[in-house]
Amino acid sequence: MSTLTETPAPMRAGPAPRPWQLNRRQRTLLTIGLCLLALSAVLAGAWLIGDDGLATNLAARNQPPSLAHPFGTDWLGRDMLTRTLHGLSLSLGVGLLAAVVSAVIGAALGLLAATLGGAADAVITWVIDVFFSLPHLVLLIMIAFTVGGGTIGVIVAVALTHWTGLARIIRAEVLQLKSAHYVQLSARLGRGPLWVARHHMLPHLLPQFIVGLILLFPHAILHEAALSFIGIGLSPHLPAIGIILAEAMRYLATGSWWLALFPGLALLLAVTAFDVLGEQVRDVIEPKQSQG
Amino acid sequence: MLQVQGLQVSFTVYTQGLRQRRLTVITDLDVTVRAGEVVAIVGASGSGKSLLAHAILGILPHNAELGGSISFQGKPLTQARKEALRGRAIALIPQTVAALDPLMPVGEQVRLAALRGGVPAAGAREVVAASFARYGLAPEAARLHPFQVSGGMARRVLVSTAVVGQARLLIADEPTPGLHPEVVTETLGHLRELADGGKAVLMITHDIEAALRVADTVAVFYAGTTVEQAPARDFAGGGEALRHPYTRALWRALPSQGFVPLPGAQPAPDALPPGCLFADRCPLVTAACRVARPPARELRGGTVRCIHA
Amino acid sequence: MPEWMSFAGRKLLRLITLLVAVAIFSYTLISLSPIDPVDAYIGADMLLISPEQRAQIAARWGLDQPPLARFIAWARELAGGNFGTSLIFNRPVLEIIGERFIASLGLMATAWLVSGLLGYALGILAGARPGSLLDRAVRLYAYILASSPSFWVALLLLMAFSVGLRWTPICCASPPGLLPEEVTLAHRLHHLILPAITLSIVGVANMALHTRQKLIEVLESDYALFARAQGATTRDLVRHHGLRNVALPAITLQGASLSELFGGAVLVEQVFTYPGLGEATVQAALRSDVPLLLGIVFFSAIFVFAGNTLADLAYRLVDPRIRIGAATP
Repeated sequence: MSTLTETPAPMRAGPAPRPWQLNRRQRTLLTIGLCLLALSAVLAGAWLIGDDGLATNLAARNQPPSLAHPFGTDWLGRDMLTRTLHGLSLSLGVGLLAAVVSAVIGAALGLLAATLGGAADAVITWVIDVFFSLPHLVLLIMIAFTVGGGTIGVIVAVALTHWTGLARIIRAEVLQLKSAHYVQLSARLGRGPLWVARHHMLPHLLPQFIVGLILLFPHAILHEAALSFIGIGLSPHLPAIGIILAEAMRYLATGSWWLALFPGLALLLAVTAFDVLGEQVRDVIEPKQSQG
Repeated sequence: MLQVQGLQVSFTVYTQGLRQRRLTVITDLDVTVRAGEVVAIVGASGSGKSLLAHAILGILPHNAELGGSISFQGKPLTQARKEALRGRAIALIPQTVAALDPLMPVGEQVRLAALRGGVPAAGAREVVAASFARYGLAPEAARLHPFQVSGGMARRVLVSTAVVGQARLLIADEPTPGLHPEVVTETLGHLRELADGGKAVLMITHDIEAALRVADTVAVFYAGTTVEQAPARDFAGGGEALRHPYTRALWRALPSQGFVPLPGAQPAPDALPPGCLFADRCPLVTAACRVARPPARELRGGTVRCIHA
Repeated sequence: MPEWMSFAGRKLLRLITLLVAVAIFSYTLISLSPIDPVDAYIGADMLLISPEQRAQIAARWGLDQPPLARFIAWARELAGGNFGTSLIFNRPVLEIIGERFIASLGLMATAWLVSGLLGYALGILAGARPGSLLDRAVRLYAYILASSPSFWVALLLLMAFSVGLRWTPICCASPPGLLPEEVTLAHRLHHLILPAITLSIVGVANMALHTRQKLIEVLESDYALFARAQGATTRDLVRHHGLRNVALPAITLQGASLSELFGGAVLVEQVFTYPGLGEATVQAALRSDVPLLLGIVFFSAIFVFAGNTLADLAYRLVDPRIRIGAATP
């Protein structure tokens, strides 16, 4: 009989671990760092590159990408790289603001529903139901329209429509915590509700809230861009990515492909960075065992 | 037929913050099963003994690592050989109907088991019908879905899936939990009958009484090791013939033997003592017990891991 | 009472409460908004209208009544099927919605079927061998598409196939300048193909990732483990257990996907200037056509509800636990 020490079934497709390979924890933390770096690079880039490229320069109109203008220029000779960086910072800013407001609404309503119960819970659950029964974009358009459009319209619309998921999560979490043994025990030992909230609830809710918030960003940014694109969002004087793409659409037939390609790509990368960031942070907080 | 020596099963797990940890659930397991014999592995519920079945069949999860040696019919059982033999030479009788596809009629599932076990497609229906008849299942039962069958019927269906493929070694994982006494008797009868027909049967259970009713040999599983392998006849009287203090305590804890409870609990897999795993609960414990794990040794026709036996 | 009747009854009740909820919700929203309905109605003719005429319009609409009375009057109109007149088109709202929906139907139905089937197939292929090259490719595709604004994907395809290669038309549902009776089916299909492809490839992502995840769960289930113990290969497992067990959650997801599909159609129709319901939604919002916008809100709620209900129905036909369980009490 021979002794065997072998792994059952292929462990996970991929090369065998090498000395320079990072373990999962290092890999995850590195990814988080890279995403944060990429996103701050956008903001820093917009600031560093300045406003010079935004001025009309009719001598350099409709130029395809070159070394001087990596993203090309538009029909007024403006540098598309400068426009993209500024537009993206603007879109990120608006998206972040709306996402934070939305996450706060979600957390507050989730907490209220779970702690007050009864009629308050019923009303909040009902509102969430109504929100889920309408297409998200229709809801966004409707709210942005009734607020009167513009920057405020976008922020209100995005903030008012992205809280439902987080509210559900927080509500469920609080209800579960409330019935947990150690929480009930604390209450019976004479701990006040605030003490319980501070010591037993917050440590569980805060990570949920942070992950929920980060995962809200990509949606908020994409929806801001969509609203601006169809013309209900930011005004044309504030050239966010959605506006730049809407303008690109008008110059599409002339063959200026770079007008739409690069700004959209930049938006895509920013959104992906937030998505990856959220997933990795969640992974650190609650690791899935099955991943090798 | 089957020989397992020093089997070790461990898992790589991640805790909060993605810190990696190794968790060893089976530390040192020995068991031998011969043709015509029923061998029972007896241990507490949730102690990880079902992993033995998964290790023999090569179906442990991806994050598991396997050590020690397993041989089948005299040759080492490598992963490739497990994959070739499972279903054909080695079959599993699972614990509950949860092991059946909830959306597929049970007859269809027995037929699939037959095909996977090497029965030619042309004759599969007849084999299934014969197996249904043998275990007293009405032909109409083949059209029922798992959620529709009763506990007793489910046992017969599960046994059918294992025997349609002509396997030589049958592994029954917890065959008797939560069943009516008649169904328990019937199920145990099936296992005995299969062994008497020349097959080797390995029964994994927490129910020592059920094990003693059919087993020829009982292996006692504690905190990831087999502390003793004993012929079933040694479980008699006050347990004088038994070799390990844990086995004796198990025997005396039976309702029929005085119901003497054993205080304390098994050590958790991530907090195993360096010496004898049973030391903390053992009435015979001495300083020597805590130094090193006692190796398995032959004693009176069985094996034991205890320096005092 | 037969099971299907109680099912239908529950669904009908749910639909009614849903519509009441949407009515209350949108009415509250509109009445909180700074937009003056009379101003919005008058629009560019503002200067031509005297204060007396304004008051007359307000009185005709019951705007001088208290809010609750106005809501009840409005809801009564809605219940009678009167959604008012579209300000842009100057025709009944329901007529416009019907017309536009039929125009969008081909687009949405094609995209719905293609994205559902393709997403399911890709998800199965990826989930069967997690970590394989194919799995990585499918996941990369799905992650990128899920983070891409659908209007940008539409723009890129339009640039490539309509402007660059000139394979597909650059706009509209039929060649401009042709009378409706001159438009052939070939014309329509030619104009439909690119918007439909855009909506499809954007919609694939969700279904593919979801199916992949569910298949991985199925392959780790107790019954898959048992099948492996019987000697089943991965192909055998996927074929006999994966396909049907993953189909159930996929049906639910596909039913729920109508909500995303509607949103996608709004953006894609905007890029392709496709005269469907989505384009009408944007027009209604941009040109303050409140009756049309409200009509579309109601219609989209019914549309989403219909998708979920169809999925529920299909689920009941497929899942034996409900099909047989309901028949045998």
